[in-house]
Amino acid sequence: MDINTIRADFPILKQKIYGYPLAYLDSAATSQKPDSVINALSQFYQQNNANIHRGVYYLSESATKAYENARHSVQRFINAPHAKECIFVRSTTEAINLVAQCFGHLRVQPGDEIALSAMEHHSNIVPWQMLCEKKGATLKILPMNQRGELELDTLEHILTPKTKLLAITHASNALGTLNPIKKIIDVAHAHQVPVLVDGAQSTPHLKIDVQDLDCDFFTFSGHKTYGPTGIGVLYGKSRWLESMPPYQGGGEMISHVSFAKTTYNDLPYKFEAGTPAIAEVIALGTALEYIESIGWDFIRNHEQQLLAYATEALSSLPFIKLIGTAEEKIGVISFTMEGVHPHDVGSIVDQYGVAIRAGHHCAMPIMDFFNIPATARASFGLYNTLSDIDQLLQALQEVRKIFKL
Amino acid sequence: MDIRELYQELIIDHGTHPRNCCQLPNANHCAEGYNPLCGDKVKVFINTDNTRITKACFIGSGCAISTASASLMTEVLAGKSTQEALELSQAFKHSLTTETEDTAPELGKLTALLGTKAFPARVKCATLPWHTLEAALKEEKKIVNTESLEDIPV
Ligand SMILES: Cc1ncc(COP(=O)(O)O)c(C=O)c1O
Repeated sequence: MDINTIRADFPILKQKIYGYPLAYLDSAATSQKPDSVINALSQFYQQNNANIHRGVYYLSESATKAYENARHSVQRFINAPHAKECIFVRSTTEAINLVAQCFGHLRVQPGDEIALSAMEHHSNIVPWQMLCEKKGATLKILPMNQRGELELDTLEHILTPKTKLLAITHASNALGTLNPIKKIIDVAHAHQVPVLVDGAQSTPHLKIDVQDLDCDFFTFSGHKTYGPTGIGVLYGKSRWLESMPPYQGGGEMISHVSFAKTTYNDLPYKFEAGTPAIAEVIALGTALEYIESIGWDFIRNHEQQLLAYATEALSSLPFIKLIGTAEEKIGVISFTMEGVHPHDVGSIVDQYGVAIRAGHHCAMPIMDFFNIPATARASFGLYNTLSDIDQLLQALQEVRKIFKL
Repeated sequence: MDIRELYQELIIDHGTHPRNCCQLPNANHCAEGYNPLCGDKVKVFINTDNTRITKACFIGSGCAISTASASLMTEVLAGKSTQEALELSQAFKHSLTTETEDTAPELGKLTALLGTKAFPARVKCATLPWHTLEAALKEEKKIVNTESLEDIPV
Protein backbone atom coordinates (compact mmCIF):
# COMPACT_ATOMS: atom_id res chain seq x y z
CA MET A 1 0.00 0.00 0.00
CA ASP A 2 1.48 3.32 -1.05
CA ILE A 3 0.84 6.28 1.22
CA ASN A 4 0.62 8.69 -1.70
CA THR A 5 -2.13 6.62 -3.26
CA ILE A 6 -3.98 6.71 0.04
CA ARG A 7 -3.51 10.46 0.39
CA ALA A 8 -4.91 10.95 -3.09
CA ASP A 9 -8.18 9.48 -1.78
CA PHE A 10 -8.59 12.42 0.61
CA PRO A 11 -9.35 15.60 -1.32
CA ILE A 12 -9.04 17.88 1.70
CA LEU A 13 -5.36 17.00 2.07
CA LYS A 14 -4.54 18.61 -1.25
CA GLN A 15 -5.05 22.11 0.03
CA LYS A 16 -2.61 24.62 1.40
CA ILE A 17 -3.22 26.44 4.65
CA TYR A 18 -1.57 29.88 4.86
CA GLY A 19 0.64 28.74 2.02
CA TYR A 20 1.77 25.55 3.75
CA PRO A 21 0.69 22.02 2.96
CA LEU A 22 -2.00 20.96 5.42
CA ALA A 23 -0.52 18.75 8.14
CA TYR A 24 -3.75 17.43 9.61
CA LEU A 25 -2.86 16.01 13.00
CA ASP A 26 -6.26 16.01 14.64
CA SER A 27 -7.83 12.75 13.53
CA ALA A 28 -8.69 11.85 17.12
CA ALA A 29 -11.16 14.75 17.04
CA THR A 30 -12.48 13.80 13.65
CA SER A 31 -10.92 12.06 10.68
CA GLN A 32 -10.91 13.33 7.12
CA LYS A 33 -13.11 11.59 4.56
CA PRO A 34 -12.07 9.71 1.43
CA ASP A 35 -13.67 10.48 -1.94
CA SER A 36 -15.69 7.27 -1.78
CA VAL A 37 -17.45 8.44 1.38
CA ILE A 38 -18.07 11.94 0.05
CA ASN A 39 -19.42 10.44 -3.16
CA ALA A 40 -21.64 8.00 -1.29
CA LEU A 41 -23.34 10.94 0.39
CA SER A 42 -23.95 12.91 -2.76
CA GLN A 43 -24.82 9.85 -4.77
CA PHE A 44 -27.51 8.93 -2.29
CA TYR A 45 -29.14 12.33 -2.62
CA GLN A 46 -28.70 12.42 -6.38
CA GLN A 47 -29.96 8.96 -7.19
CA ASN A 48 -31.43 7.13 -4.28
CA ASN A 49 -33.07 9.48 -1.80
CA ALA A 50 -36.28 8.17 -0.24
CA ASN A 51 -37.40 7.35 3.24
CA ILE A 52 -36.77 3.79 4.32
CA HIS A 53 -38.90 0.97 5.65
CA ARG A 54 -42.12 2.54 4.48
CA GLY A 55 -42.42 3.12 0.75
CA VAL A 56 -43.58 0.43 -1.65
CA TYR A 57 -41.88 2.08 -4.60
CA TYR A 58 -38.54 1.43 -6.21
CA LEU A 59 -36.53 4.24 -4.61
CA SER A 60 -37.68 3.50 -1.12
CA GLU A 61 -36.89 -0.14 -1.50
CA SER A 62 -33.43 0.52 -2.83
CA ALA A 63 -32.73 3.10 -0.09
CA THR A 64 -33.89 0.57 2.50
CA LYS A 65 -31.64 -2.05 1.00
CA ALA A 66 -28.62 0.27 1.02
CA TYR A 67 -29.35 1.21 4.63
CA GLU A 68 -29.60 -2.39 5.75
CA ASN A 69 -26.54 -3.34 3.72
CA ALA A 70 -24.61 -0.77 5.72
CA ARG A 71 -25.78 -2.49 8.89
CA HIS A 72 -24.30 -5.69 7.55
CA SER A 73 -21.05 -3.84 6.81
CA VAL A 74 -20.99 -2.72 10.44
CA GLN A 75 -21.73 -6.24 11.62
CA ARG A 76 -18.86 -7.62 9.57
CA PHE A 77 -16.55 -4.77 10.57
CA ILE A 78 -16.87 -5.44 14.31
CA ASN A 79 -17.69 -9.13 13.89
CA ALA A 80 -21.05 -8.88 15.66
CA PRO A 81 -22.97 -12.16 15.81
CA HIS A 82 -26.15 -10.57 14.42
CA ALA A 83 -26.85 -7.46 12.37
CA LYS A 84 -29.81 -6.63 14.62
CA GLU A 85 -27.36 -6.07 17.46
CA CYS A 86 -25.88 -3.10 15.60
CA ILE A 87 -28.00 -0.06 16.38
CA PHE A 88 -27.54 3.17 14.45
CA VAL A 89 -27.32 6.20 16.70
CA ARG A 90 -25.93 9.73 16.27
CA SER A 91 -22.55 9.12 17.84
CA THR A 92 -20.63 7.47 20.63
CA THR A 93 -22.13 10.06 22.94
CA GLU A 94 -25.66 9.05 22.04
CA ALA A 95 -24.81 5.35 22.26
CA ILE A 96 -23.55 5.76 25.81
CA ASN A 97 -26.55 7.88 26.77
CA LEU A 98 -28.82 5.21 25.36
CA VAL A 99 -27.22 2.52 27.49
CA ALA A 100 -27.15 4.77 30.57
CA GLN A 101 -30.84 5.49 30.22
CA CYS A 102 -32.22 2.16 29.05
CA PHE A 103 -29.90 -0.32 30.69
CA GLY A 104 -29.65 1.96 33.72
CA HIS A 105 -33.41 2.17 33.96
CA LEU A 106 -33.62 -1.58 33.95
CA ARG A 107 -30.77 -2.58 36.19
CA VAL A 108 -29.65 0.18 38.50
CA GLN A 109 -31.14 0.59 41.98
CA PRO A 110 -30.34 2.94 44.85
CA GLY A 111 -27.00 2.01 46.40
CA ASP A 112 -25.72 0.36 43.22
CA GLU A 113 -22.43 1.26 41.58
CA ILE A 114 -21.21 2.01 38.08
CA ALA A 115 -17.48 1.56 37.50
CA LEU A 116 -15.51 3.84 35.16
CA SER A 117 -11.82 4.45 34.62
CA ALA A 118 -9.79 7.55 35.41
CA MET A 119 -9.19 8.22 31.71
CA GLU A 120 -12.73 8.54 30.40
CA HIS A 121 -13.95 11.14 27.94
CA HIS A 122 -16.70 13.33 29.38
CA SER A 123 -19.22 11.44 27.27
CA ASN A 124 -18.41 8.29 29.23
CA ILE A 125 -18.66 10.10 32.56
CA VAL A 126 -21.57 12.51 32.47
CA PRO A 127 -24.33 10.08 31.34
CA TRP A 128 -23.38 7.81 34.26
CA GLN A 129 -23.31 10.69 36.67
CA MET A 130 -26.79 11.67 35.52
CA LEU A 131 -27.95 8.10 35.98
CA CYS A 132 -26.41 7.90 39.46
CA GLU A 133 -28.05 11.14 40.46
CA LYS A 134 -31.42 9.92 39.32
CA LYS A 135 -31.12 6.47 40.85
CA GLY A 136 -29.12 7.18 43.99
CA ALA A 137 -26.21 5.11 42.72
CA THR A 138 -22.49 5.96 42.91
CA LEU A 139 -19.50 5.97 40.57
CA LYS A 140 -16.37 3.96 41.30
CA ILE A 141 -13.21 4.96 39.46
CA LEU A 142 -10.45 2.62 38.35
CA PRO A 143 -7.23 4.64 38.90
CA MET A 144 -4.27 5.10 36.56
CA ASN A 145 -0.55 5.69 37.02
CA GLN A 146 1.67 8.58 35.92
CA ARG A 147 2.29 6.97 32.55
CA GLY A 148 -1.42 6.96 31.90
CA GLU A 149 -1.90 3.22 32.32
CA LEU A 150 -4.79 1.78 34.30
CA GLU A 151 -3.90 0.14 37.59
CA LEU A 152 -5.40 -3.20 36.80
CA ASP A 153 -4.46 -4.70 40.15
CA THR A 154 -7.13 -2.55 41.73
CA LEU A 155 -9.84 -3.59 39.29
CA GLU A 156 -10.95 -6.49 41.47
CA HIS A 157 -11.43 -4.13 44.40
CA ILE A 158 -13.42 -1.65 42.33
CA LEU A 159 -15.88 -4.31 41.23
CA THR A 160 -18.31 -5.30 43.95
CA PRO A 161 -21.59 -7.21 44.02
CA LYS A 162 -23.23 -3.79 43.69
CA THR A 163 -21.44 -2.95 40.43
CA LYS A 164 -24.02 -3.01 37.68
CA LEU A 165 -21.75 -2.05 34.79
CA LEU A 166 -18.16 -1.23 33.95
CA ALA A 167 -18.02 1.51 31.30
CA ILE A 168 -14.50 1.93 30.03
CA THR A 169 -12.63 3.32 27.10
CA HIS A 170 -10.69 1.04 24.78
CA ALA A 171 -8.23 3.82 23.96
CA SER A 172 -7.81 7.26 25.50
CA ASN A 173 -8.28 10.28 23.28
CA ALA A 174 -6.22 12.47 25.60
CA LEU A 175 -3.34 10.11 26.43
CA GLY A 176 -3.32 7.62 23.59
CA THR A 177 -3.29 4.68 26.02
CA LEU A 178 -4.58 1.47 24.50
CA ASN A 179 -6.11 -0.48 27.36
CA PRO A 180 -5.84 -4.29 27.62
CA ILE A 181 -9.57 -4.39 27.14
CA LYS A 182 -9.99 -8.12 26.72
CA LYS A 183 -8.27 -8.80 30.01
CA ILE A 184 -10.39 -6.14 31.70
CA ILE A 185 -13.57 -7.65 30.33
CA ASP A 186 -12.52 -11.10 31.54
CA VAL A 187 -11.98 -9.80 35.07
CA ALA A 188 -15.29 -7.94 35.04
CA HIS A 189 -17.16 -10.97 33.79
CA ALA A 190 -15.55 -13.10 36.48
CA HIS A 191 -17.30 -10.70 38.87
CA GLN A 192 -20.57 -10.92 36.91
CA VAL A 193 -20.19 -7.31 35.79
CA PRO A 194 -21.19 -6.48 32.21
CA VAL A 195 -18.91 -4.13 30.28
CA LEU A 196 -19.53 -1.22 27.92
CA VAL A 197 -16.51 -0.42 25.78
CA ASP A 198 -16.13 3.12 24.45
CA GLY A 199 -14.52 2.33 21.13
CA ALA A 200 -14.53 5.87 19.72
CA GLN A 201 -10.73 5.99 19.60
CA SER A 202 -9.89 2.36 18.95
CA THR A 203 -12.23 1.56 16.06
CA PRO A 204 -10.33 3.68 13.49
CA HIS A 205 -6.99 2.12 14.41
CA LEU A 206 -7.32 -1.60 15.02
CA LYS A 207 -9.51 -4.56 14.15
CA ILE A 208 -12.45 -4.79 16.50
CA ASP A 209 -13.95 -8.19 17.18
CA VAL A 210 -16.78 -7.86 19.68
CA GLN A 211 -17.16 -11.63 19.94
CA ASP A 212 -13.52 -12.12 20.76
CA LEU A 213 -13.67 -9.27 23.29
CA ASP A 214 -16.97 -10.62 24.61
CA CYS A 215 -18.00 -7.07 25.54
CA ASP A 216 -21.64 -6.48 26.39
CA PHE A 217 -21.80 -3.12 24.63
CA PHE A 218 -19.44 -1.45 22.18
CA THR A 219 -19.76 2.06 20.77
CA PHE A 220 -18.08 4.07 18.05
CA SER A 221 -18.56 7.21 15.97
CA GLY A 222 -18.70 7.33 12.18
CA HIS A 223 -16.85 10.61 11.93
CA LYS A 224 -13.71 9.26 13.58
CA THR A 225 -13.67 6.22 11.29
CA TYR A 226 -13.40 8.16 8.01
CA GLY A 227 -17.18 8.37 7.78
CA PRO A 228 -19.70 11.21 8.13
CA THR A 229 -20.68 13.11 11.25
CA GLY A 230 -24.09 12.48 12.78
CA ILE A 231 -23.83 8.71 12.71
CA GLY A 232 -22.54 6.24 15.25
CA VAL A 233 -23.05 2.65 16.28
CA LEU A 234 -24.12 0.92 19.44
CA TYR A 235 -23.45 -2.79 19.49
CA GLY A 236 -25.09 -4.70 22.31
CA LYS A 237 -25.58 -8.36 23.06
CA SER A 238 -29.15 -9.13 22.11
CA ARG A 239 -30.02 -10.51 25.52
CA TRP A 240 -29.36 -7.04 26.95
CA LEU A 241 -30.88 -5.08 24.11
CA GLU A 242 -34.02 -7.19 24.13
CA SER A 243 -34.58 -6.71 27.82
CA MET A 244 -34.01 -2.95 27.70
CA PRO A 245 -36.89 -0.49 27.27
CA PRO A 246 -36.81 1.73 24.15
CA TYR A 247 -34.73 4.91 24.16
CA GLN A 248 -37.00 7.31 22.30
CA GLY A 249 -40.57 6.92 21.17
CA GLY A 250 -41.78 7.63 17.66
CA GLY A 251 -42.08 6.11 14.25
CA GLU A 252 -40.08 3.05 13.21
CA MET A 253 -39.64 1.80 16.76
CA ILE A 254 -43.22 0.58 17.11
CA SER A 255 -45.00 -2.51 16.02
CA HIS A 256 -48.54 -1.37 16.81
CA VAL A 257 -49.85 1.90 18.20
CA SER A 258 -53.25 2.65 19.62
CA PHE A 259 -54.16 5.27 22.19
CA ALA A 260 -54.56 2.50 24.71
CA LYS A 261 -51.24 0.76 24.18
CA THR A 262 -48.21 0.59 21.96
CA THR A 263 -46.17 -2.51 21.30
CA TYR A 264 -42.57 -2.05 20.33
CA ASN A 265 -40.78 -3.20 17.26
CA ASP A 266 -38.04 -5.81 17.40
CA LEU A 267 -34.30 -5.14 17.34
CA PRO A 268 -32.72 -3.08 15.98
CA TYR A 269 -35.70 -0.82 15.20
CA LYS A 270 -36.82 -0.62 18.81
CA PHE A 271 -33.87 1.74 19.32
CA GLU A 272 -34.10 3.63 16.03
CA ALA A 273 -37.08 5.93 16.49
CA GLY A 274 -37.87 8.31 13.66
CA THR A 275 -36.27 8.75 10.27
CA PRO A 276 -32.59 7.94 10.72
CA ALA A 277 -29.55 9.58 9.11
CA ILE A 278 -29.98 7.43 6.01
CA ALA A 279 -27.28 8.95 3.82
CA GLU A 280 -24.82 8.96 6.70
CA VAL A 281 -25.50 5.31 7.50
CA ILE A 282 -24.88 4.34 3.89
CA ALA A 283 -21.71 6.44 3.75
CA LEU A 284 -20.55 4.92 7.04
CA GLY A 285 -20.82 1.54 5.37
CA THR A 286 -18.65 2.91 2.58
CA ALA A 287 -16.11 4.23 5.11
CA LEU A 288 -15.80 0.86 6.82
CA GLU A 289 -15.32 -0.80 3.44
CA TYR A 290 -12.63 1.79 2.69
CA ILE A 291 -10.77 0.90 5.90
CA GLU A 292 -11.00 -2.79 5.06
CA SER A 293 -9.68 -2.12 1.57
CA ILE A 294 -6.58 -0.47 3.07
CA GLY A 295 -6.21 -3.34 5.52
CA TRP A 296 -5.48 -3.50 9.23
CA ASP A 297 -1.89 -4.60 8.79
CA PHE A 298 -1.03 -1.49 6.87
CA ILE A 299 -2.98 0.82 9.17
CA ARG A 300 -1.54 -0.55 12.39
CA ASN A 301 2.05 -0.66 11.09
CA HIS A 302 1.89 2.72 9.50
CA GLU A 303 0.35 4.47 12.49
CA GLN A 304 2.72 2.78 14.94
CA GLN A 305 5.61 3.96 12.80
CA LEU A 306 4.29 7.53 12.93
CA LEU A 307 3.82 7.22 16.68
CA ALA A 308 7.34 5.89 17.24
CA TYR A 309 8.87 8.62 15.07
CA ALA A 310 6.93 11.43 16.74
CA THR A 311 7.50 10.06 20.23
CA GLU A 312 11.22 9.86 19.69
CA ALA A 313 11.47 13.28 18.09
CA LEU A 314 9.33 15.04 20.69
CA SER A 315 10.91 13.37 23.69
CA SER A 316 14.35 14.41 22.49
CA LEU A 317 13.29 18.06 22.83
CA PRO A 318 14.10 19.25 26.36
CA PHE A 319 11.26 21.77 26.36
CA ILE A 320 8.57 19.17 25.58
CA LYS A 321 6.89 16.98 28.15
CA LEU A 322 4.83 14.06 26.92
CA ILE A 323 1.59 13.41 28.77
CA GLY A 324 0.68 9.76 28.39
CA THR A 325 3.60 7.40 27.96
CA ALA A 326 1.86 4.06 28.19
CA GLU A 327 3.54 0.98 26.78
CA GLU A 328 0.65 0.35 24.38
CA LYS A 329 -0.70 3.36 22.52
CA ILE A 330 -2.69 4.39 19.50
CA GLY A 331 -1.43 7.28 17.38
CA VAL A 332 -2.10 10.05 19.87
CA ILE A 333 0.61 12.24 21.42
CA SER A 334 -0.33 14.76 24.09
CA PHE A 335 2.33 17.17 25.23
CA THR A 336 3.03 20.39 27.01
CA MET A 337 5.70 22.88 26.05
CA GLU A 338 7.73 24.65 28.68
CA GLY A 339 6.80 28.31 28.98
CA VAL A 340 4.01 28.25 26.40
CA HIS A 341 0.36 27.46 26.99
CA PRO A 342 -1.08 24.76 24.68
CA HIS A 343 -3.52 27.25 23.11
CA ASP A 344 -0.69 29.47 22.06
CA VAL A 345 1.12 26.44 20.65
CA GLY A 346 -2.01 25.49 18.70
CA SER A 347 -2.61 28.98 17.32
CA ILE A 348 0.99 29.43 16.25
CA VAL A 349 1.54 26.05 14.60
CA ASP A 350 -1.72 26.60 12.73
CA GLN A 351 0.00 29.47 10.95
CA TYR A 352 2.43 26.90 9.57
CA GLY A 353 -0.33 24.66 8.26
CA VAL A 354 -0.31 22.30 11.24
CA ALA A 355 -3.69 21.38 12.70
CA ILE A 356 -3.41 20.05 16.25
CA ARG A 357 -5.81 20.17 19.15
CA ALA A 358 -5.17 22.21 22.28
CA GLY A 359 -7.28 22.00 25.40
CA HIS A 360 -8.58 19.53 27.92
CA HIS A 361 -9.83 17.11 25.22
CA CYS A 362 -13.15 16.63 27.01
CA ALA A 363 -11.26 14.82 29.72
CA MET A 364 -10.90 17.32 32.56
CA PRO A 365 -10.33 14.61 35.20
CA ILE A 366 -7.22 13.56 33.25
CA MET A 367 -5.93 17.14 33.22
CA ASP A 368 -6.55 17.36 36.97
CA PHE A 369 -4.71 14.09 37.50
CA PHE A 370 -1.63 15.41 35.74
CA ASN A 371 -2.16 18.81 37.32
CA ILE A 372 -2.13 20.69 34.04
CA PRO A 373 -4.79 22.93 32.54
CA ALA A 374 -4.51 21.56 29.04
CA THR A 375 -2.28 19.79 26.55
CA ALA A 376 -1.43 20.13 22.90
CA ARG A 377 -2.25 16.95 21.04
CA ALA A 378 -1.17 15.52 17.73
CA SER A 379 -3.11 12.49 16.54
CA PHE A 380 -2.66 10.39 13.45
CA GLY A 381 -4.83 8.88 10.79
CA LEU A 382 -3.94 6.41 8.09
CA TYR A 383 -3.12 9.29 5.71
CA ASN A 384 -0.46 11.00 7.81
CA THR A 385 3.20 10.98 6.88
CA LEU A 386 6.52 11.49 8.58
CA SER A 387 6.71 14.86 6.89
CA ASP A 388 3.50 15.95 8.66
CA ILE A 389 5.37 15.30 11.89
CA ASP A 390 8.45 17.15 10.63
CA GLN A 391 6.21 20.09 9.81
CA LEU A 392 4.94 20.03 13.39
CA LEU A 393 8.47 19.88 14.79
CA GLN A 394 9.50 22.79 12.62
CA ALA A 395 6.47 24.79 13.70
CA LEU A 396 7.25 24.11 17.37
CA GLN A 397 10.61 25.80 16.81
CA GLU A 398 8.74 28.84 15.48
CA VAL A 399 6.66 28.85 18.67
CA ARG A 400 9.89 29.01 20.65
CA LYS A 401 11.13 31.91 18.55
CA ILE A 402 7.93 33.89 18.99
CA PHE A 403 8.09 33.32 22.72
CA LYS A 404 11.79 34.22 22.70
CA LEU A 405 12.73 30.93 24.33
CA MET B 1 -2.52 38.68 9.42
CA ASP B 2 0.88 37.53 10.60
CA ILE B 3 0.81 35.55 13.82
CA ARG B 4 3.61 37.79 15.04
CA GLU B 5 1.19 40.68 15.16
CA LEU B 6 -0.95 38.71 17.56
CA TYR B 7 2.04 37.70 19.64
CA GLN B 8 3.76 41.08 19.64
CA GLU B 9 6.41 42.12 22.19
CA LEU B 10 4.05 43.57 24.73
CA ILE B 11 1.81 40.48 24.68
CA ILE B 12 4.69 38.07 25.06
CA ASP B 13 6.15 40.23 27.82
CA HIS B 14 2.92 40.47 29.82
CA GLY B 15 1.84 36.96 28.84
CA THR B 16 4.97 35.35 30.19
CA HIS B 17 5.84 37.84 32.96
CA PRO B 18 2.48 39.10 34.14
CA ARG B 19 2.27 42.13 36.43
CA ASN B 20 0.08 42.23 39.53
CA CYS B 21 -0.21 38.47 39.45
CA CYS B 22 -1.04 37.71 43.06
CA GLN B 23 -3.97 37.55 45.42
CA LEU B 24 -5.22 40.60 47.27
CA PRO B 25 -6.32 39.14 50.59
CA ASN B 26 -8.54 42.03 51.62
CA ALA B 27 -9.92 42.98 48.24
CA ASN B 28 -13.20 44.93 48.18
CA HIS B 29 -14.19 43.21 44.96
CA CYS B 30 -13.40 39.78 43.66
CA ALA B 31 -14.76 37.43 41.01
CA GLU B 32 -13.76 34.33 39.13
CA GLY B 33 -13.95 33.75 35.40
CA TYR B 34 -13.79 30.53 33.48
CA ASN B 35 -13.70 29.55 29.84
CA PRO B 36 -14.95 25.97 29.71
CA LEU B 37 -13.90 25.51 26.09
CA CYS B 38 -10.21 25.90 26.76
CA GLY B 39 -10.13 25.68 30.55
CA ASP B 40 -8.73 29.19 31.10
CA LYS B 41 -9.37 30.37 34.65
CA VAL B 42 -8.87 33.80 36.15
CA LYS B 43 -9.63 35.39 39.49
CA VAL B 44 -9.65 39.18 39.69
CA PHE B 45 -9.16 41.19 42.89
CA ILE B 46 -9.92 44.91 43.15
CA ASN B 47 -9.27 47.31 45.98
CA THR B 48 -11.00 50.67 45.98
CA ASP B 49 -10.97 53.67 48.25
CA ASN B 50 -14.01 55.95 48.28
CA THR B 51 -13.75 56.92 44.67
CA ARG B 52 -10.99 55.10 42.85
CA ILE B 53 -9.45 51.72 42.19
CA THR B 54 -6.27 51.66 44.22
CA LYS B 55 -5.03 48.22 43.23
CA ALA B 56 -6.04 45.48 40.82
CA CYS B 57 -4.54 41.98 40.85
CA PHE B 58 -5.28 38.63 39.29
CA ILE B 59 -4.34 34.99 39.50
CA GLY B 60 -5.21 32.21 37.13
CA SER B 61 -4.06 29.83 34.49
CA GLY B 62 -4.40 30.59 30.85
CA CYS B 63 -2.70 31.21 27.56
CA ALA B 64 -0.43 34.17 26.81
CA ILE B 65 -3.35 36.15 25.40
CA SER B 66 -5.56 35.85 28.46
CA THR B 67 -2.64 36.32 30.83
CA ALA B 68 -1.43 39.42 28.97
CA SER B 69 -4.95 40.77 28.86
CA ALA B 70 -5.33 40.32 32.62
CA SER B 71 -1.91 41.78 33.31
CA LEU B 72 -2.44 44.86 31.14
CA MET B 73 -5.88 45.26 32.62
CA THR B 74 -4.57 45.41 36.18
CA GLU B 75 -2.08 48.07 35.09
CA VAL B 76 -4.52 50.35 33.35
CA LEU B 77 -7.19 50.09 36.04
CA ALA B 78 -5.19 51.70 38.82
CA GLY B 79 -6.53 55.18 39.54
CA LYS B 80 -9.75 54.77 37.57
CA SER B 81 -13.19 55.14 39.09
CA THR B 82 -15.45 52.12 39.01
CA GLN B 83 -17.53 53.80 36.37
CA GLU B 84 -14.49 54.55 34.21
CA ALA B 85 -13.30 50.96 34.59
CA LEU B 86 -16.64 49.60 33.42
CA GLU B 87 -16.68 52.00 30.47
CA LEU B 88 -13.17 50.99 29.49
CA SER B 89 -14.15 47.35 29.69
CA GLN B 90 -17.12 47.99 27.40
CA ALA B 91 -14.96 49.90 24.94
CA PHE B 92 -12.34 47.16 24.91
CA LYS B 93 -14.81 44.36 24.36
CA HIS B 94 -16.59 46.42 21.75
CA SER B 95 -13.44 46.93 19.69
CA LEU B 96 -12.74 43.20 19.81
CA THR B 97 -16.17 42.09 18.73
CA THR B 98 -17.12 44.56 16.01
CA GLU B 99 -15.85 45.09 12.52
CA THR B 100 -14.78 48.67 13.07
CA GLU B 101 -11.21 49.51 12.17
CA ASP B 102 -10.85 52.60 14.34
CA THR B 103 -9.79 51.96 17.86
CA ALA B 104 -11.07 53.98 20.76
CA PRO B 105 -8.26 56.32 21.89
CA GLU B 106 -8.86 55.52 25.54
CA LEU B 107 -7.66 51.95 25.01
CA GLY B 108 -4.02 53.03 25.14
CA LYS B 109 -1.70 50.03 25.36
CA LEU B 110 -4.67 47.68 25.33
CA THR B 111 -4.64 48.12 21.56
CA ALA B 112 -1.82 45.57 21.56
CA LEU B 113 -4.52 42.99 22.25
CA LEU B 114 -6.65 43.91 19.27
CA GLY B 115 -4.63 41.51 17.10
CA THR B 116 -6.86 38.75 18.46
CA LYS B 117 -9.63 40.07 16.23
CA ALA B 118 -8.04 38.28 13.31
CA PHE B 119 -8.14 35.01 15.30
CA PRO B 120 -11.77 34.64 16.33
CA ALA B 121 -11.13 31.51 18.38
CA ARG B 122 -8.91 33.58 20.66
CA VAL B 123 -11.13 36.59 21.28
CA LYS B 124 -12.58 34.96 24.37
CA CYS B 125 -9.10 34.57 25.80
CA ALA B 126 -8.65 38.35 25.65
CA THR B 127 -12.07 39.22 27.03
CA LEU B 128 -12.22 36.71 29.91
CA PRO B 129 -10.39 38.94 32.45
CA TRP B 130 -12.63 41.86 31.52
CA HIS B 131 -15.85 39.94 31.93
CA THR B 132 -14.51 38.86 35.28
CA LEU B 133 -13.64 42.44 36.19
CA GLU B 134 -17.18 43.53 35.44
CA ALA B 135 -18.56 40.77 37.60
CA ALA B 136 -16.22 41.80 40.43
CA LEU B 137 -17.20 45.46 40.22
CA LYS B 138 -20.87 44.62 40.02
CA GLU B 139 -20.49 42.32 43.01
CA GLU B 140 -21.80 39.33 41.14
CA LYS B 141 -20.65 36.39 43.18
CA LYS B 142 -21.14 33.73 40.58
CA ILE B 143 -18.42 32.35 38.35
CA VAL B 144 -18.38 34.06 34.98
CA ASN B 145 -18.57 31.61 32.14
CA THR B 146 -17.50 32.76 28.69
CA GLU B 147 -19.92 30.38 27.04
CA SER B 148 -22.89 32.35 28.26
CA LEU B 149 -21.48 35.58 26.92
CA GLU B 150 -21.92 37.32 23.65
CA ASP B 151 -18.33 37.55 22.49
CA ILE B 152 -18.44 35.83 19.19
CA PRO B 153 -17.54 38.39 16.55
CA VAL B 154 -20.31 38.86 14.04
C1 LIG C 1 -12.80 8.28 23.90
C2 LIG C 1 -13.96 9.04 23.35
N1 LIG C 1 -15.20 8.75 23.73
C3 LIG C 1 -16.26 9.40 23.26
C4 LIG C 1 -16.14 10.43 22.36
C5 LIG C 1 -17.36 11.14 21.89
O1 LIG C 1 -17.56 10.94 20.55
P1 LIG C 1 -18.67 11.77 19.77
O2 LIG C 1 -18.37 13.21 20.02
O3 LIG C 1 -18.50 11.36 18.37
O4 LIG C 1 -19.98 11.37 20.35
C6 LIG C 1 -14.87 10.79 21.93
C7 LIG C 1 -14.70 11.92 20.99
O5 LIG C 1 -13.82 12.73 21.10
C8 LIG C 1 -13.76 10.09 22.44
O6 LIG C 1 -12.52 10.41 22.05
